[in-house]
Formats: sequence, structure tokens, C-alpha cells
Amino acid sequence: MANYSLQDLVEWDERIREKVAEFGLDCYPQEFELCDHNGMLGYMAYSGMPSHYPHWSYGKSYEKLKTLYDHGVSGLPYEMVINSNPALAYLMRDNTLLLQVLTIAHVYGHNDFFKRNFTYSSTHAEYTIELFKAHALRVRRYVEDPSIGIEKVEHILDAAHALSLQRRRNLAIRKLTQAEQVQRALETARPPDDPFKRIHQARPYVEPNIRKVPYEPEEDVLLFIRDHNPFLQEWEKDILTIVDEESKYFIPMIETKIMNEGWASYWHKRILESLGLEQGLRLEFIVRHNQVVRPIPGQLNPYHLGLRIWEDLHRRYTNPTPEEIKRDGPPNKTGDEKIFEAREVERDVSFVRRYLTEDLMRDMDIFQYEPRGEDLVVSKVSDEEGWRAVKENLLRNIGMATIPVIKIEDADFGQNRTLYVKHYHDGRDLHLEYAEKTLAYLYRLWGRECVLETTVQGKRSLLCFNDRGFSAKALK
Amino acid sequence: MPLVESIFREYRPSDAERSDRSAGDRLRHRQKVRELIRENISDIIAEESIIGKDKDRIIKVPLRGIKEYRFVYGENAPGVGQGDGNSKPGQVVGKTGRDGQGQGQDRAGDRPGVDYYETDVTLEELIEIMFEDLELPDMERRALREIEAERSSKRKGYRKVGIRVRLDKRRTAKQRIMRKLASHHNDRVESGEKEKDRFPFHDDDLKYRHVETEMRKESNAVVICVMDTSGSMDTMKKYLARSFFFLLYQFITTRYRNVEIVFIGHHTEASEVTEEEFFHKGESGGTFISSGYLKALEIIQQRYHPSLWNIYAFHCSDGDNFDSDNPAALRAAKELSEVCNLFGYGEIKPLGSRYYESSMLNVFRRLDAPNFQTVLIERKEDIWPSFKAFLAKEKSQ
Repeated sequence: MANYSLQDLVEWDERIREKVAEFGLDCYPQEFELCDHNGMLGYMAYSGMPSHYPHWSYGKSYEKLKTLYDHGVSGLPYEMVINSNPALAYLMRDNTLLLQVLTIAHVYGHNDFFKRNFTYSSTHAEYTIELFKAHALRVRRYVEDPSIGIEKVEHILDAAHALSLQRRRNLAIRKLTQAEQVQRALETARPPDDPFKRIHQARPYVEPNIRKVPYEPEEDVLLFIRDHNPFLQEWEKDILTIVDEESKYFIPMIETKIMNEGWASYWHKRILESLGLEQGLRLEFIVRHNQVVRPIPGQLNPYHLGLRIWEDLHRRYTNPTPEEIKRDGPPNKTGDEKIFEAREVERDVSFVRRYLTEDLMRDMDIFQYEPRGEDLVVSKVSDEEGWRAVKENLLRNIGMATIPVIKIEDADFGQNRTLYVKHYHDGRDLHLEYAEKTLAYLYRLWGRECVLETTVQGKRSLLCFNDRGFSAKALK
Repeated sequence: MPLVESIFREYRPSDAERSDRSAGDRLRHRQKVRELIRENISDIIAEESIIGKDKDRIIKVPLRGIKEYRFVYGENAPGVGQGDGNSKPGQVVGKTGRDGQGQGQDRAGDRPGVDYYETDVTLEELIEIMFEDLELPDMERRALREIEAERSSKRKGYRKVGIRVRLDKRRTAKQRIMRKLASHHNDRVESGEKEKDRFPFHDDDLKYRHVETEMRKESNAVVICVMDTSGSMDTMKKYLARSFFFLLYQFITTRYRNVEIVFIGHHTEASEVTEEEFFHKGESGGTFISSGYLKALEIIQQRYHPSLWNIYAFHCSDGDNFDSDNPAALRAAKELSEVCNLFGYGEIKPLGSRYYESSMLNVFRRLDAPNFQTVLIERKEDIWPSFKAFLAKEKSQ
């Protein structure tokens, strides 16, 4: 143990919490747990959850983390926070006092973000721990059930994991049921009452095909299969539900990585600067802080990007340059008001789109690269003509935009119960080896032929997987 | 604003020790890796590094990790990065297909990285994996070879009946508690309070450790390695031969208790040599294959009588025999196959070597013995398949 006691941490925490209240951060009650590096590796492998269902992939990720750690390739995070109420955070006990103080402040930043950002409102923080525990119990029970056993459970889990992120992204929009979709279609199909119908030509009534399942393309792949494959057993359906619920919980994290890390870094900085640290701690703070938020050449460090945007946003509303006033008008809010508003209503894509300015991009030297032969080559930089393109591309590389959109179009394609899914191509091709293997997993869950429509090098193609295995053909 | 509440939980080493929560998942992952090793065994044993006899040596096996497939974007998707302030179009920032290059941490895991990692496996473990699903051909064995002598016992599961010494007290007690809890309700209703504190063990509670005994044939086996050491056998050919002998020896060792190994090198004359000489000493001259076989027969006569020994003989050569020796070789091979459990001939012709060379494969085709097998080894990747083919000889008939 380092040169401080738990009591020291409690006292520092007290001071930090005063600052948290003073700055107006709104947090869940907070629990800190001290752990050693093995504990931390364990928590990391299971996304921080104190209990989690077993699956070999977590063993793999533990081994990988441990290998990297043992070989000194990567260090361990200073902390880990879980979005739950009360929020749960793990602190590494080997850290220095300053690191602990910085981490505690950082944790409150995350905590506030979890509580107030809109994307997390669907996660039910008060049940998080219980939810994961219940999942673990259920899966364990299936594993122990002699008529099921680990092989079968893994068989389903492997497939479900492969498809877990193929689900609806924006959880703030309510999903219509099949009946509501049909209802809406029927309503829009009927021509509106036209006061001038004597002179207008009547719009012909096109009867919607209300038998089609799903009526509108469906993004929740696991749930759809659960509800529409009659051959699944109850425990198999339950596993699909469990996997889907977990990815639903993690989607907000994926969606707000930049904002969230930036926000926490922004606040640990402001809090520590306001604590009046003595000289020694202060120097260490500067070093540590810069380690965390440093730019990594050739990559984008979300801590760095996020922090820069938050700081820039705050500055533009507190202390704008004359050009900015000329361009955007004088600020109508204080900097604090603005950032608190943004942390509530934005997610990474909207946040970066709205608040990453051309100047900031140029300042950070953000560029776009493309593969050319063996090399990755810078194709555009953030200059006058390129910055928009670079930004658009950046937007496609953050949050859930990194996951291809795949929707179920028809569950009875060719009246044959073939599952027809379509990749909504946005210029980026699928990785074909991965698509093939994932399609096999889809087939495993659906039990009948699965067809994926996608575009490969500009050509529309169909990838099929059925009892004879994989095949691909070009369309038209 | 009121202060948020917070609590701190102190680190307790005892907790940390107890909560190795990923142990089960790691084990399962390890099993998956093992399967992967088995699938790629022919690549792995083609690696030179494993040939050698030190069983405890740890070898590093490079493996493509077990991939977790998802729908992900492929190579044509441009990425975004940050430079040092002077980035210019056309500048090279990395290589394609290299993990972690070019993408920020926010992108981790959404693109296929090349998941190479090395696993440590002891040679013994590897041998175990290799031979797990191989069996010696079930040959006619002579009575003396059949004595079952060695027993090894392995614990395997639990049974309801058994002998007293194998009673598992812990499980038995647990079973009783479970039954007690399960019957608690009825108990109270039926027999009143006084029965409550006496709850005896029942026969059904008893759990015995089950032990399975494994019989091994108490028998001696001898592996006779015959190799052509004539001038035409170069290092590459010897290396291929050596790999094959290595596998054969290791495999036989797993099936018999005493295994001896005899090395016979031959050119126009044959002699028994040490292992060192066998693999490293280059000789020159022509080839009389029959000389090697006759030497082997002679050694068998003297030291390894077929009624007492299981004999496995294997001969590696590049097939470049003097034509005049062929009938003699065929005769000797026939004789040898009569005394051996298994006798094999491996012709080593690395790809690109001179194909117009004569081949013994045609000659041996005329030898009709159930326990004789010829294999052709062209590359190091062929070793494992041919080894399996060699052992599968009997089964295929």
C-alpha cells in the first residue's frame, strides 16, 4: 500500500464532493472499492460487472488483457465506473495518492454523466447490478441443467454474441409493435379527405400487404428471432433475451464514449485545479493529466478529443473571440449553462457534429486516411476544402456508426421461411470473411436459410447460408 | 446542492484471493484453444522446434486466436486519425492489416484485428493432444505381448455405491443437508418438534469417489528406425525422416511401458548407430536397401524376439536403390513384415527434387502384407497425414 490510508482518501473525497456540489454536478450515490491489479483485470474482462454470466470469451479477454499487462504493452486503467445506482467504481490500490484523488474526481464526472445524459435513461441504473446477477444465475442454471449443459448454452451464446449489436440504436424512440405498424400503414394508405376531390384525380388505393412479417424492416435481430422462430426452446429464447438486454445496456456507452470520457476529464481537471493542491501534488497532477488526455499520433484518443471539444465549447460561451462573435453572434448562455445542456441532450455523433469546429479540427490536425496498397495513406486533412469530408468521415467512425446497419426485411422470403436481411450500405463494404461466419450464426439461430443482401465493391450481392453451407452470388 | 453520498470499501486480500472469477471462463477458453491446436496440429508439428525429446520443454505455439465474428466493416472504409500538426495528403501513416494502427480507442473491437497470440504448451501436452484420437492398429498380438500389468487409477466422478475408504465425506454431508432442507417442511408437520434436531444420514446421502483403473499392456516395444544414409540423402530429407521417427517414437511411448529404440543407418552396408550419428553423420555411396533390412532382422533375432517384443520398424529413404538390389529388398521386407507389428516404408522426395529418380514405391507395391504400409513424404506438412495413414493401415482393410 502506498503512503496514504483509507482515511486520507475519505477526506479528499469529502473535499471533492464539496466541489462537485459547488459546480452543480448531479450524481448518484457513489461507492468506491479498492482492488488490486488482478481484481482490476477481472473487472475489465467482465465490463466491470460484479457478477456476469460465464462465457469463454471473457476468459479470452482476461488472458489478452493480462498478457498485454504482463508484457508492459498496456497499463491498467486507473479506475472503472459502472453505470448503476449507486454508482460503483473500482480504484487501483497501488496508485499514488494524487492518482486516487484525480480518479475520484474523474469518477464523479462519469457518475454525473450516467445520471443525466439522455442516452442512459433507458438503462435503469437502479437495477443494473441485480439485472446482471439475474442473468448470471439464469445462464448458470442452464449450464448446470443436465439436459442442456455448457456445450448447448455456448452454442447459442456464441451465435447470440455475434449478433448482439445488430439491434436498434436510438433507444429514446419508442418502437412500434407489428400491430401499430400495420395500423399506421393502413391509415396512410387510405387517401386523405380531399375537399377538391371533384377536380382532383383520386389517388388510387393501394392495399398494403399487412401479412408481411416484419412489416417494417426490423433491426432487433435477436429479439425478432426469439419471437418468430417457433423451434427455439424456452431457455434458448431466454438466452437471446439476456444477450439483447446486455447489449442494450452497453449501447449508451458506445454511443457516448467521447463525450463521457471528455466530460470526466474536463471535470477532474477543473475540480483538481480548484482544490489548491500543494506544489508536489500539483506537478504530479499535470503529468498524470497529460498522460491521460494526450493525443496519440495516428489515432484519435477519445479522452483528448472529448476534452478539447468541451473546453472549446465552454470557452466559446465564456470568452469568444471577436471573429466568433461576428460569425455566431454574442453568446446567449454562460459557458457552464451550455456545457450542462450539451451533456444532457447530445450523444457522440450529434456532439461532434455540432461542436467540433473547423478551427479546432485544424488545431488538432485531424486527418483522414485510406488504405493504398500495403500502406495507410493520408487522403484528406482538415484544410479549407477537406475539413467537411474529414468530419463526415469522423462521424461515421464513432459510436454505433461503426457497426453496420443490418435489418430483417422478410421472414418468409419466397414463402419458404427464408430470413432475408439487408445491409444498409453506406459506402463501406462488409468484411466478407466475418460476414460469412456471422451469417452462419444467424442460420444457427434461425434454423432455416438466411440471405444477406449487401454491396460488394459496388455490386449488389446476395450471401446465402443454408443447410448446404455458404454461397454467394451477384445480383443483376 | 447537497453533497452526494459516498462510501469506500477497503481492499481485503482474502477477498481478492477468493474471487478469481474468470477461472472458469479461462479454463473453457483454454479448452477451445486446445481444440484449435488439434485442428492445426499438422502445421505445428511441421515446425522444427518441437522435434527433440525433452518432454518438459515448453514450446510456444503461435495460434490464430479464436475469433469472435460479427458484422464489421472491411478494408475499404477510410479511418480518421490525428497528426502532429503537419499532416499532408499522401503521407504514409501506417500499414494495412496492422492491429491498433490508425484507429482511436473508441474504435477498438469493431474491426477485425489479427488476433495472433502464442500459447505455451509443454511438449508432453502437445503429444497428448496429438495422439488423443489415434489408436494403434489392433493387430494380432502374440500371447506374451498381451500381459496386462500396469494399472493406473484415475478419479472419475462420484457414485452412490462404493467401498468405505472412498467415501467422500464432504459431498455426503452436503447431500444430507440438501435432503434436510428439502424435507424440512414435511418433517415438521409429520413428526413434531422433537425429531427436529436429529436428522441421520441415509444411504442415499452417501457419495463415493469413483476410480477407474487403466490397464496398460505390460510389454516391451522396440522402434527400429532404418534410414538410408547414402549420399543422396541431404539434410532436408533427413530432417523429414527425423520428424517422422520422432512422432513414431513418441506415439509408441504413450502406448507401451518400455520402449527401446534402435537406429540403423545403411548405404550399401548397414550398421547400428547412435542417435547422434544417425541424424547427423553424412555418409556417401550407393544404396542397398536390403542391407538395412537384413541388419534389422539380425538385430531382432539377437535381441528382440518377436514373441516377447512388439516391433515397429520404419524405413526412410529417397528410394534411390540399386536396381539389382530390388528383389533382395523385397524379400527382406517381406520377412521383416512377418516379425513386426507394423512395418512401414516412407519415401522422402522433397518437392522439386529430381523426379526421374527411381522409386521404391513401385517395387513395394508387390509386397502384400497387412501390416506393411508405404507413404510418400514430399513436404513437412505431409508428415502428420502420412503418419496417420501409416497407423490407419490396418483399419482401412
